[in-house]
Amino acid sequence: MSESQLLSVRGLSKKFGRVVTAEDVTFDVREGEAFGIVGPNGAGKSTLLNLIGGVIDPDAGSIEFGGRDITRLKAANRAKVGIARSFQIPRPFVDMTVFENVYVGSSFAGGTRGQHGYDRAYAALETTGLLGLAETPAGQLRLLDRKRLELARALATGPRLILLDEIAGGLTEKEIPPLIDTIRGLLASGVTVVWIEHIVHALVSVVDRLMCLAEGRILALGDPHEVMRSPEVIEVYLGTTFDIDEGRAS
Amino acid sequence: MSLALSDNTAGHRAQVHRSTRASLVGLVVAVIVVVSLAYGPFAFLTKGNQQNLTTLFIYIILGTMWNLLAGYAGMVSIGQQAFIGIGAYGIVYASDILGLGLWIGLALALVISGIVAYLVSFLAFRLSGGYFAIGTWVIAEVIYLLTTQINTLGAGAGISFTAFRGYKPEIRIAVVYWIALAAVVVAVAVTYLLLRSRLGAGFTAVRDDATAAATLGVNVTRSRRIAWVVAAMGCGLAGTLLAMTTLNVQPGSVFKIQWTAFMIFIVIIGGVGTIEGPIIGAIVFYALERYIGDVGFWYLVILGIIAIAMVLFLPKGLWGLISGNGRLRLFPTGYRLTSPLPTPIANGTPDSREGESS
Repeated sequence: MSESQLLSVRGLSKKFGRVVTAEDVTFDVREGEAFGIVGPNGAGKSTLLNLIGGVIDPDAGSIEFGGRDITRLKAANRAKVGIARSFQIPRPFVDMTVFENVYVGSSFAGGTRGQHGYDRAYAALETTGLLGLAETPAGQLRLLDRKRLELARALATGPRLILLDEIAGGLTEKEIPPLIDTIRGLLASGVTVVWIEHIVHALVSVVDRLMCLAEGRILALGDPHEVMRSPEVIEVYLGTTFDIDEGRAS
Repeated sequence: MSLALSDNTAGHRAQVHRSTRASLVGLVVAVIVVVSLAYGPFAFLTKGNQQNLTTLFIYIILGTMWNLLAGYAGMVSIGQQAFIGIGAYGIVYASDILGLGLWIGLALALVISGIVAYLVSFLAFRLSGGYFAIGTWVIAEVIYLLTTQINTLGAGAGISFTAFRGYKPEIRIAVVYWIALAAVVVAVAVTYLLLRSRLGAGFTAVRDDATAAATLGVNVTRSRRIAWVVAAMGCGLAGTLLAMTTLNVQPGSVFKIQWTAFMIFIVIIGGVGTIEGPIIGAIVFYALERYIGDVGFWYLVILGIIAIAMVLFLPKGLWGLISGNGRLRLFPTGYRLTSPLPTPIANGTPDSREGESS
């Protein structure tokens, strides 16, 4: 394994009963890379992030992060070694304020207690544009702000790798560009991003490489444009030809 | 690692307040009340008053513990009577049977409650939600049945608590009253400090969403186990006080599920998820028991109706009403970010995000 690989997934498999959600999935993500994942519903994209984040355990295979085998590491400890996660359906701590939500990330996974933890939580709120809502109970947020909160909490942990699960899903066209700016900012600061997204033009505009999953298997992996042009991907995922340039124009 | 955020932190320090003026006033008032109550037996509290207040203190401890466990940590147990019984039997066993005396017996009873809770957690934590609630009840019943099989502990007939033998009644009542007062202060203070610590934020996070809490670095099981053991020790403490007040421990009495029902009632009436709530709830519950407790069957029906009405019409309890839905907090556990904040925009988020993503 070369030194620039931050994340190495080897032969990862997971079944729920008879449903195969990951089958012999193998790929690497380089340090500082933006790695996109697409695939039809039920392809196993979120399961893959759950496996990497330690929310569920694999049936077989291994995961290395920063050269260390983390396959048996619990979710909380994976967060501490630098893997952060945003959920597709936001999971705010509804009875805590936005600030308190983010402080959980900076004080637990981030390991920065007291003033340092406050400062880092503050910075995460500033980066995601949530500062004005810092004192709002998280249960009262609208969707966009819940998505921002997912990102802010993940940022506050001080991650090396951030797993984004449809962070742009459900947002309006106007809401997406600022989110992309934030993600570009993350990449510029050296954080590695693995990003699942159905809004392909948003994804393709950011990621260095793209992987397409179907029925738990890797269908294609490589240059984003080539992946989106490959006939298998078009057939299984899109059903029709996809005009990527038109997509990017918006 | 603070790759993404190091630039942003340089410019300012976030100001976070953890106390308010009300909480300082609250602390002063609490100290005055406790000192007056401690002085009470010398001046204005009769033996009867002291006994009644001891009962009230037991209720406050029980309510506070169930609130810590269910209100903050989100673990709805209906088996807390197990630890009341263990505390009561524990002090009898350690003080009388082992002959270690009142104080060591008291300490040992708490340690036993904690150890049993720790061991039981490995079984109980396999369950969650409603299954956990039923599971804790089953565990409590098993502990009750096992206790009735131990002849040393008087089997089904119960056992007398004799550590106070030789005390004059008025001295004994006062001593138990002071122990109970100290116990309630310790129980509330420990709960408050625990909730103000980083662990407290972890409890609430796990309660609201355990998966999200785990991905933010909170050790979910450890966090739950701490709340569970502390709450068990608190219930054990209440159990030792019961033994001291009744001087006779009956298995059917200390292990009865009504204890947990009363705890839930106290928390619902007072206000779940606040330190103040269970204190107020315990006072109300005590008053109800005192003044309508002798109507027997109908007393429980009335409690039930009150609890249902509270859940429907006043879900934040009496403290929610008094505090204006949490605006007044005498025992704040949260984190108030006070500055530097941008001017709040009434409708939605500020849209000043350009150029911030450095």
